[in-house]
Amino acid sequence: MEILKPAAAGTLESSDAQVTVEPGENGIELSLTSSVMNQYGRQIKATVLETLERLDVQNARVTVVDKGALDCTLKARVECAVLRSCGQSAENIPWGGAIR
Amino acid sequence: MKNAVGRDIPDFLLKDGREVYQGKNYMDGKYIRKASPRTRRCEKPRESKIVDSLAQALRDCGAKSGMTFSFHHHLRDGDFVVNMVMRAAIEELGLEDLTIAATSLGNAHDPIAAYIEQGKVVGIQTSGIRGRMGEVVSAGKLKTPAIIRSHGGRPRAIEGGEVHIDIAFIAAPTSDCVGNCRGVGGKSDCGSLGYAMSDARYADHVVVVTDCLVDFPNMPASVEAIDVDAVVVVDSIGNPKKIASSAARISQNPRDLMMAENVAKVIASTPYFKDGFSFQTGVGGPSLAANLFLEQYMDQRGIKMGWAIGGICGPMVELLKKGKVGKVIDVQDFDLDAVNSIHRTPGHYEMSASQYANPANKGAFVNKLDFVVLAALEVDTGFNVNVLTGSDGVLRGAPGGHPDTAAGSKVCIIVTPLTRGRMATVCEHVVTVTTPGDCVDVLVTDYGIAVNPLRPDLIECLDNAGIPHVSIESLKEKAYSLVGRPDDLEWEDKVVAVLEARDGTILDVVRKIKPYQPEG
Amino acid sequence: MIPRPKPERFRLRRTMMFMNAQKPGLIKDAYIYGCDSIMLDLEDAVAENQKDAARFSLYHALKSIDYGDTEVIVRINGLDTPHWQEDIRVCVAGGADGIRIAKCESAQDVKTVEEHVEKAEEEFGVEKGRTLLMAALESPRGILNAYEICCASDRLFGVAISGGDFRKCMQTKFQPDGVDMLAARGQMLIAARAAGVQCFDTVFTDLDDQEGFEAEVRQNKAMGFDGKSLINPKQIRLVHQIFAPTEKEVFQAEKIVRAYREQSKAGVGVFTVDGKMIDIAFIPGAERTLRLAKACGMYEGDLV
Repeated sequence: MEILKPAAAGTLESSDAQVTVEPGENGIELSLTSSVMNQYGRQIKATVLETLERLDVQNARVTVVDKGALDCTLKARVECAVLRSCGQSAENIPWGGAIR
Repeated sequence: MKNAVGRDIPDFLLKDGREVYQGKNYMDGKYIRKASPRTRRCEKPRESKIVDSLAQALRDCGAKSGMTFSFHHHLRDGDFVVNMVMRAAIEELGLEDLTIAATSLGNAHDPIAAYIEQGKVVGIQTSGIRGRMGEVVSAGKLKTPAIIRSHGGRPRAIEGGEVHIDIAFIAAPTSDCVGNCRGVGGKSDCGSLGYAMSDARYADHVVVVTDCLVDFPNMPASVEAIDVDAVVVVDSIGNPKKIASSAARISQNPRDLMMAENVAKVIASTPYFKDGFSFQTGVGGPSLAANLFLEQYMDQRGIKMGWAIGGICGPMVELLKKGKVGKVIDVQDFDLDAVNSIHRTPGHYEMSASQYANPANKGAFVNKLDFVVLAALEVDTGFNVNVLTGSDGVLRGAPGGHPDTAAGSKVCIIVTPLTRGRMATVCEHVVTVTTPGDCVDVLVTDYGIAVNPLRPDLIECLDNAGIPHVSIESLKEKAYSLVGRPDDLEWEDKVVAVLEARDGTILDVVRKIKPYQPEG
Repeated sequence: MIPRPKPERFRLRRTMMFMNAQKPGLIKDAYIYGCDSIMLDLEDAVAENQKDAARFSLYHALKSIDYGDTEVIVRINGLDTPHWQEDIRVCVAGGADGIRIAKCESAQDVKTVEEHVEKAEEEFGVEKGRTLLMAALESPRGILNAYEICCASDRLFGVAISGGDFRKCMQTKFQPDGVDMLAARGQMLIAARAAGVQCFDTVFTDLDDQEGFEAEVRQNKAMGFDGKSLINPKQIRLVHQIFAPTEKEVFQAEKIVRAYREQSKAGVGVFTVDGKMIDIAFIPGAERTLRLAKACGMYEGDLV
């Protein structure tokens, strides 16, 4: 998927994460901050990158502000932000396909 | 050298007879020599000890670089006095190499972080450390490792001469002109002054700082004029709104209530729950809410609580007024209901920190305690508790009376949600051991109850009462299945804080954390 | 991935607790409070511009959280919105146990949803008929059509009344004695029983009015409801207490079921227990009592 316009999903509430995606040209440029960085930073980064890969996003600037979200929430926020940026978040979502 | 809770204590700390933690009650029966302060005689009659300023009081007490100043934390997050005194000492008198020995430190003391970074403050001895100060100490900016003690460990260390206080500063809601202090009657009331008492008796010099001068004699005095060198009157010693909340409300959070109900169930299942039992609880959500459910069980069985101790707040005062608890003995007050009750409600008494929890004296209240209900940041599968460092390895808590009450009580119950956000409260190894597992008996979480295998008698009590319980390992696995298994924290060698067990042996150390860099 | 067992159409549903599907902190472990069903809400709790985000949260929650024995129902947006079709797709793909149809007014509404559910089951390779349905009646039309709604689908396990919208339509407000909805509750109950499906009462929203809540739950039980929708975990315990059978009822039910099983083996159809004539008509009720008793921790035997 190609990131067409800036989009965001999620909140800064505890247990949530706010994910912003913007068009980019140099692969995935990830900026990550987290309230649980020392224990889960590596895993959060891996989850975000895996999710982007599943969505076939190759170039994007991605900002994640994590407030202790579980993996399932991180995935949901990344997916929603990416699909919003492509204008495809409202219907015919590939549940169980690229979204899983 | 490994200690009894499996923590590796570096050899350089084990000098001058200092030992590693050996297990509960290791020091029982041993002799100590009590320290005595070197104090100045006030033989000639004086009308008043009031001096113009903190700087003047410091000079009068012979303040020099390299000294240790002590403070109490009864003004909690509203305290102005620590910052005021350190500013006068460092900026007006130009002193350096100072050590702060406080009963606790909190967010109110963020400005001290700058003095640590400038190298003016080189030592910290405290129960609690939070906010900016916790961050700079964790980052290794304090010249010597911070020494963390429990509320009972501190008076033990003072009386045993391990901490020598050059000047004690007593923040006093009221004082008379010669230094008789009380925690009530002024504009910044805090109730009990229990944590200040040992400081006043064992410091070489004592300076009272008050914002409400009252007529002589200010009686009954919590800190007595016989120990006081000087009195300084300032505009304000603290922000009353942050000293005592208007009323500690019992949580309405359904998770807290569910856990609190289980705490009360566990208590009621033991043989110690009988007329005249004794009790202490924290002010955290589920701990405080346990009061509510415990009262229902007391009514059902037709029994009353004999006495309660600890930091006190409204719900306990309420029980006293209803005649459901015989006596409340109070080392600290957390809300205005408690502040307004101490010395007034019959049966509501004040006590010193030593009387409360010092393991080296001969009559600490904690040793007569039946039940204590406590919170935790982390609990590991050995029932070791951490209330000092966050799961990220940064200092942001306080042992307080936790290790003292846990060791002294017959049943110590830890109540905590299994996870907080993405942090597993029940884990494989706590970051720092602040209360050893051999002092902890029952863990109540929102996902189940676990009993320490060291207490087969309590396991039987729960079984007989039909209270389901599981192994602490299964709770840990459940926690990790929810939030994922955390990566191990990475540390540098540098020790930033030493955690003393209540008996003075070394329980654990905190090292400088190596933060995870996602870009790296 | 947490495989969930095939949903049971008629199971115990004393308490159905609403949770905002968009709040990660809430949905991750709502089951610990012990409600029978949780109802993840895509409708009123989710703002119009977050409907898409809520579906992603819901999908991953359904796929990764172990809800154990707690039933997981999703309330979808009304058929008059642009959201309901995608709501159905995500529910089926995620493996929700059931779907609550908001603002249901006719048998056709149920059939429309059923059609889309069936399509989604096919699309996502889900066993046909797995996804259950329930209908929320929120208008006078819905109440008048209650019977046809109750009979509209084999997937439909029950109907619930939704007080907020219904009271507005009726130009009334909440009354402590329940008179505002008495006729509607009664009519819906009769329809549900006639059709052989379950029937659930509306939420009680004033969390501070403990007495009012208790009175309403007692009335629910007296009228014959199967359960109630809830908005807060602290309401669960009281409903379970009030819906619990008495010890005497459990004792009696156990005797009846035991006697029936022994007698029917011997070919006897009518017999007496404690001087009372008992035949097969008593058995479903007695078994229901035992199942309820088991859920309440009052019965540990093996008859149910």
